[in-house]
Order: sequence, then C-alpha cells, then structure tokens
Amino acid sequence: MDQFTAVGIRPVAISVDAPEVSRDLCQKAGYTFTFLSDPKVEAIRRYDLVHAGQGINGQDIARPAEFLLDSSGAVRWVNLTENLWVRARPGQILEAAKAIQ
Amino acid sequence: MLLYSLMKIQKFNWPLWLGFLVSVFALMSYPFVFVRWPLTRDFPWANLLLFGLAAVFLFFGARRAFAPDRRRRSKMAAAFLTTLSALSLSVFVFSFFVVGRWLPAAHGAPHIGQKAPDFVLADTNNKPVSLAELLSSPVNGKPAKGVLLIFYRGYW
Repeated sequence: MDQFTAVGIRPVAISVDAPEVSRDLCQKAGYTFTFLSDPKVEAIRRYDLVHAGQGINGQDIARPAEFLLDSSGAVRWVNLTENLWVRARPGQILEAAKAIQ
Repeated sequence: MLLYSLMKIQKFNWPLWLGFLVSVFALMSYPFVFVRWPLTRDFPWANLLLFGLAAVFLFFGARRAFAPDRRRRSKMAAAFLTTLSALSLSVFVFSFFVVGRWLPAAHGAPHIGQKAPDFVLADTNNKPVSLAELLSSPVNGKPAKGVLLIFYRGYW
C-alpha cells in the first residue's frame, strides 16, 4: 500500500465491519491506511455493490470492487471482479495511477 | 520380524493413500496457501496440478488394489478413497469456478469518467470521514492525486 501513497494515491478500505473490528485487523496486520465502516451498507448501496444476505449471519455485505478516483472525484479505473477469487493486482492500479496528472 | 514388517510394507497400498492425501491437500491448500499469491490465486493451476498428481497415484493404487491376489478389503478401500478424492476435486472446482462467480452484477456502479458518489463513514477511531475530505487532504505531505476505494467483504 506504500506503493500507492508514494504516487499520491490514498488507499481506503470499506466494509461492513465495525470500526473496532477493522482497528483489530489493522493492528494485527500492520495496516496504516484508512479503513471505513459501513455496517448499514449505505455507501455500498450507493455504489451498487450490495451482496445481499452473504454475511455470516445473513446480513448484507459488499461484493469486492476497486475504484481509482482522481482528485476531482471522477472514476479513472474500476475493477468489478466476476470471480470472488480473482482480484485486481497492485501493478494494474499503479499503471492507472500514473495516467492521472 | 524384519521380514514380516517388510512384507507388511509391501502389502500396504501406499500409492492409494498418497493419492488420497495429495487430493485433500490440493483442496485445502488453495484457501490456506495458494490464495496468498496473485499468480496461484487468480487461476488455481497449482491446485489443479496437485489434483493431477493425486490422480496418477490413485490410478496406480487402484490398479494394485484390484490385482487378483489382493483381498476384498483392499479393493473396497481403493473404491472408497478414490471416491473421496473425486469428491474433493468436485468441491474444489465447484467452489472456485461456480460459487466464486455468484456475485451481483453491479450495473449501477460508477463508470469510468463518472463522479464517484460522496459518503460519510466512520473510521477506526469512530470519527466520521467523507469522501470529499479523503480527496482533499494531503497524502505524504503532498496534495492527493487520487483515492483508491477498496470495497471488501469484511470479517463479519
């Protein structure tokens, strides 16, 4: 993730996890970037990423997705994986980040 | 005594058991090992190779079990372990190629060129943070060039 901040891109992780859960995760894994909590799937719904009833207690969660925004907030690159096991690679995102002036 | 144990080893159908163990490993090693590297995660060729290896061992194990001098029990063990191994392959293929694709289409997600919708969410210190703030506050002391939003399933 330091690779992103080095080129001026701020990584932000969003999930339905409570802030405390994400804080524990950050401490354990040593993550220093921003983690946001969306337990009521407000932002997740606004981005049309709700995966209904997939949480461990049947709650709504987010499907995996990554968006690269420029400083005006416009989407410059997006990855909506079709398979849960296939995720974007940092190299692809860095390539797209280089194109932002 | 030594001769006896040697005879036992000869009777023990090791290719069969090894094939079975390799097939279980091929299934379990994806979530626990190979998911860590993009190369072995995005396409599970390492696991499929392991299943191939298991199939080779199982083939020789089954051939050995069905030799005329083997007991009925050994044939039953071969049928049972081969079935379990096939089941393990089915579970793997189903989980990766079928269940993995059970994702909502997200047609309404912001497209390239569109402005990303704003939001206000709590960070790990329970402090509300807006997308506008994330875009305008500096990164590494310099003005932010952009923001990478990573939506993930979470630990629930």
